[in-house]
Amino acid sequence: MTAFTSPPMDTAQAGPPPPVYAKPGFRQRLLQRLGTRIALGWLLLVLLLALAAPLVTAYDPLSGGDNALQPPLSAGHWLGTDDLGRDIWTRVVYGTRVSLAVGIISAFFAVLIGVVLGAIAGYYGGWADALLMRIAEFFQTLPRFVVALIVIAVFGASLAKMILVIALLSWPQLARVVRATVASLRQSQFVDAARVAGMGHGAIILREILPNVAAPIIVIGSLDIASAILIEASLSFFGLGEPNLVSWGGMLNDAQQYLRSAWWMSAFAGLAIALTVWAFNLLGDALNDALNPRAGHTP
Amino acid sequence: MNSGATADAAAPLLDVRHLCVDIAQGPRQLRVVEDVSLQVQRGEAVGLVGESGSGKSMTAFALLNLFPSPLARVAGGEVLLEGRDLARMDAAQLRSVRGARVGMVFQDPSSFLDPLMPVGRQIAEALVAHGQVDGSRARVLELIDLMELPQAAQVALKYPHELSGGMRQRILIAAALAMKPALLIADEPTTALDVTVQAGILKLLTRLRKELDLGLLLITHDLAVIAETCQQVHVMYAGQIVESNAIEPLFDRPAHPYTQGLLRSVLSPQSRAHDLFSIPGGVAIAGQWPSGCRFHPRCPIMRPGLCDTAVPELGSSGQGVDRCHLSGAPEAIHAWG
Amino acid sequence: MISFILRRLLHALPLLLAVVVLNFLLIAFTPGDPILLLVGDFPAPPEYLEQMRREYGLDQPVWVQLWRYLAKVVQGDFGFSFAAQQPVATLIVERLGVTLELTLTALVFASVGGMVLGVAAARMRGRWPDTAIQTASSAGYSIPDFWLGQLLILTFAIGLGWLPSQGNSSVRDATEGFAGWLDHMRYLILPAFALSLRYLALITRITRASMLEVMGSDYILAARSRGASEWTVVVVHGLRNAAAPVLTVIGYNVGFILAGSALIEAVFAWPGIGRLLFESISRRDYPVMLAILLMVSATVVVANLVTDVVHRLIDPRLERT
Repeated sequence: MTAFTSPPMDTAQAGPPPPVYAKPGFRQRLLQRLGTRIALGWLLLVLLLALAAPLVTAYDPLSGGDNALQPPLSAGHWLGTDDLGRDIWTRVVYGTRVSLAVGIISAFFAVLIGVVLGAIAGYYGGWADALLMRIAEFFQTLPRFVVALIVIAVFGASLAKMILVIALLSWPQLARVVRATVASLRQSQFVDAARVAGMGHGAIILREILPNVAAPIIVIGSLDIASAILIEASLSFFGLGEPNLVSWGGMLNDAQQYLRSAWWMSAFAGLAIALTVWAFNLLGDALNDALNPRAGHTP
Repeated sequence: MNSGATADAAAPLLDVRHLCVDIAQGPRQLRVVEDVSLQVQRGEAVGLVGESGSGKSMTAFALLNLFPSPLARVAGGEVLLEGRDLARMDAAQLRSVRGARVGMVFQDPSSFLDPLMPVGRQIAEALVAHGQVDGSRARVLELIDLMELPQAAQVALKYPHELSGGMRQRILIAAALAMKPALLIADEPTTALDVTVQAGILKLLTRLRKELDLGLLLITHDLAVIAETCQQVHVMYAGQIVESNAIEPLFDRPAHPYTQGLLRSVLSPQSRAHDLFSIPGGVAIAGQWPSGCRFHPRCPIMRPGLCDTAVPELGSSGQGVDRCHLSGAPEAIHAWG
Repeated sequence: MISFILRRLLHALPLLLAVVVLNFLLIAFTPGDPILLLVGDFPAPPEYLEQMRREYGLDQPVWVQLWRYLAKVVQGDFGFSFAAQQPVATLIVERLGVTLELTLTALVFASVGGMVLGVAAARMRGRWPDTAIQTASSAGYSIPDFWLGQLLILTFAIGLGWLPSQGNSSVRDATEGFAGWLDHMRYLILPAFALSLRYLALITRITRASMLEVMGSDYILAARSRGASEWTVVVVHGLRNAAAPVLTVIGYNVGFILAGSALIEAVFAWPGIGRLLFESISRRDYPVMLAILLMVSATVVVANLVTDVVHRLIDPRLERT
C-alpha cells in the first residue's frame, strides 16, 4: 500500500511527564459536578466546626445536667439532650474533632508507610519485593474491624492506639498500588536517562517517580479517610473509644438503649457520620475522575 | 448508479442508494460517509477499497445498523436487501434479518469471538436466535466441515484461545453462514492474519461464494485482496466513492487520480528502492474535508478554479463511473506521469 | 485443577500460621500477667493458676510456648472461657449457625441485588435511573451499618410496628413448620438488610463498571450481527464476561461481612458469634475474642481460595497457567 511519506516520530521523551494534578483543567474537572461541590462544602463546614467548637456551642459536651431526654426544638437544646442531660448539638460538634483526627491522621500514616514500602518494593524488586508483598497480603487478610477491636480491647482504648491500628491495617492496599506504578515507571526512558546522568537511587525515586504516583495516592487517601472514620465509629459503638472524648460512634452506643424513648440520640450522630463519610467518598471519586480524564469515563 | 455489471435482469440482492452516515461530536454531526451507492448480485463479489479514514468500515456497519459506537447513525439513503429497506426497519425486524439473510465477518477473530464460550455454541448462535434449535448440532458440524477444518466434533468444543488465527476466522465465517444467508459482508477479513493464512481464507470465501451462490461484499484496504477475490470494485476516499468499475478495467485503466496513485504504490517483487511511490500529503480527515473535490490538495493534475471549488459528481467513464472533473482529459490518463 | 487447589492451600497456610502466631503474640505480650489474661477477671484459686502456668509452659522459652499453642489450636482446643464456664470451641459452634444464617442471607442479597442494579445502571447509562442508582450506591456505601440498623428499628419496629427489633425468634409461641419459618423471617429481614446495604452498593458499582467495559467489546457486536436477542447479548455474553471482577469483590468482602455481623448482632440482639464477641469484650474474655479472630481470618483465607477456584472454573483461559 501507500508507503509512509515521513519517517516515524521519535517517541523518546525529554524528561518525566508532568504530574497529573498539574495538567490544565484539573480544578474545573474536579469541581464539575454539583455533588462534589456539596461534599467539599460539607467537609469545610465540618472542619470549621471542629476548629471553632467552643464558639458555636453553649454547653459542656461531657457533663450532663438535669434536662435528660429532651426532644429536639426544646428550649435551649435545638437537637435535644441525651440520657445524661448532655446537649446533643454540642456533642455532635465536638464529635467532629475525633472523627477528623482519627480519619486524617491514620490515613496520613497509612499513606506514609504504604508509599515508602511500596516504592522500595517496586523499585528494587527481588526479595524485598516478595517479602513486602507477603506482609501486605497478610495484613489484608486480617479483617480490619475485628483486629482493631481485639487489639484495642487487649491493649486498652486510646485515640493514639486507634490511629496506629487503623494505619497499620490500611497501608497494604496503597502499598500495592504504589509498587505496581513504581515498578512500571522504573522501566521508562526518563529513569534510564536520570541514571545515566548519575542520579542516585533515592533522588530518582523522589524526584522522577513519586510525582507520578501522586494521583492514585490522593484518591486512595481520601477513601481511606472515609473508611477510617467508619472504623473509629464502629469501635466507639462497641464501647472501645476513649472514655473522655466525644465520639459519634459512642453517641450511637448510648442511643442503643433509648431507641424507643429518644430517637434523636441516634439520628443526628449517625447522620453526621453518614454525611461526612459520604463526603470523603464523593471527594475520592471526583479526584479519581479529575486525575484520570478518559473519554467516556463519565460514570 | 450503473456499476457496469453485465446485463442482469434480476434485481440486485443488495442495493445501497445514497447512503450517508453521521457521527455525533458534541453538538455537531460529523458526516463520515456521503452519498455511497453500490449493488451486489447473488454469487457476485464486490470490493470496497480505501485507506483508513475513508469511511469504508462505517459503510459496512451501516448496512445492518450495527455501529461499534453509539454516536454513529445512518443519516440518509436506502439499504435495500431483496427489496426491503434495512435502514427503515425497527429493532425487531432488523434482528430477524441479521444472521438470517445477511451474515457478517469481522477483522480480528480474536476479539470478535466470546472468549468464554465454546466455538460450536457461537456458530449455532444465529440458529438458536432464529428459532432453529433442532438439528443445530448437526448443522454446526456440517459448517465446520465446510470450512475445511478437520475433526469437526472436537473443534466445536474448543474455546477461541485454543485455536489458531486462521481457524478462528473460519469459525467466524461459519457462524455468519449458519442460516444460509444470501449476503455475506466481510470487513477486513484477512487484515489481522498472517500472509500465509490470508490466501487460504480468500480461497475459502471464493469457493463458498460459488458453491452457495453467496453475494459477497468485501471491505479492505488491500488491493491485492480485491484483485484476487472480486468482480466489481468501488474505491472510497474521504467518505465518498470516487471510482467504480469491474475489476479488470479498473486495474488496466484506472480513471481517478487517487485510484491510479493507489495502484502505483503497491509494491511488487520487481520494485526497487527508487521506484517507491506514495501519494503526497495525508488522508483527508472527516470534518475538515477540502472544498470542491476532496482529493484536490494531493492531486497532480488539479486545476485551480475548478477542482478546489466545484464538487465533482459521479459520471460515466468507459465501463465504470468516477468522480473527477477531468475524467477523460488527456492528462488524467496518467495523472502521476 | 486439583494441583491448583493444593498449590493455593500451600500458599494460604503460612498466612493462617501467621494469624495464629499473631494471636499468640497478643496473648504473650499484653501488659500484665498473661495467665490472668487468659483467666480473665474471674477469681481462680492459686493452685489452678500454677497448674495453668505449667500447662501453658509459661516457664518455658517463648518458642516452646508458641509450639504448644499451635498444637492446641490444631486439635481444636481454643482454651476455656471462665466467664461462660465452657470450652471456647463449644461456645463458638453453638452460635455459628445463627451467624451464618445472617451473613449468608446478607451476602446473597447483596450479590444478587448488586448485580441486578449494576446491569440496570449500565444499560441505562447517562439517563436518570443510572444517576439515581449511582447516587444511592455511594450513599449506601457510606452509611454505617449499625446506624442503619438503628434507623430501621426506629422506622419499622418502633414507628410502624411491622417487624420485631430484637432477637431471632419469638419466644412466646414456638411455632413449627412453615408458620414458624415465616415468623423467623420477620426477625431476619431488618438485620440482614442493614448488614447487606454497604456491600450491595459496592457490588452495584463494580458490576456497572465491568458491564460498561464488556458491552463495548467486539464479540458483543458479533453476537448482535447474528440476530441474538438482547437477553442473550447482555446476560449470556455480557454478564458472564463481566463476572470476574465482581466475583473478586464478593469474595474479598466475605470477611468484612462476617466482621460486620458483629455490629449488627449487637444492635439487633441477634444471638450469634458477633454478639458473643461483643459480650466477650465487655467481660474481658480473651480466649473467646482471640478464637473468634482466628476463625474470621481463617474464613477470609478460605473465601479467597474459593474465589480463585471459581475464577478458574469460569474462565477457561486461566487453565493454561
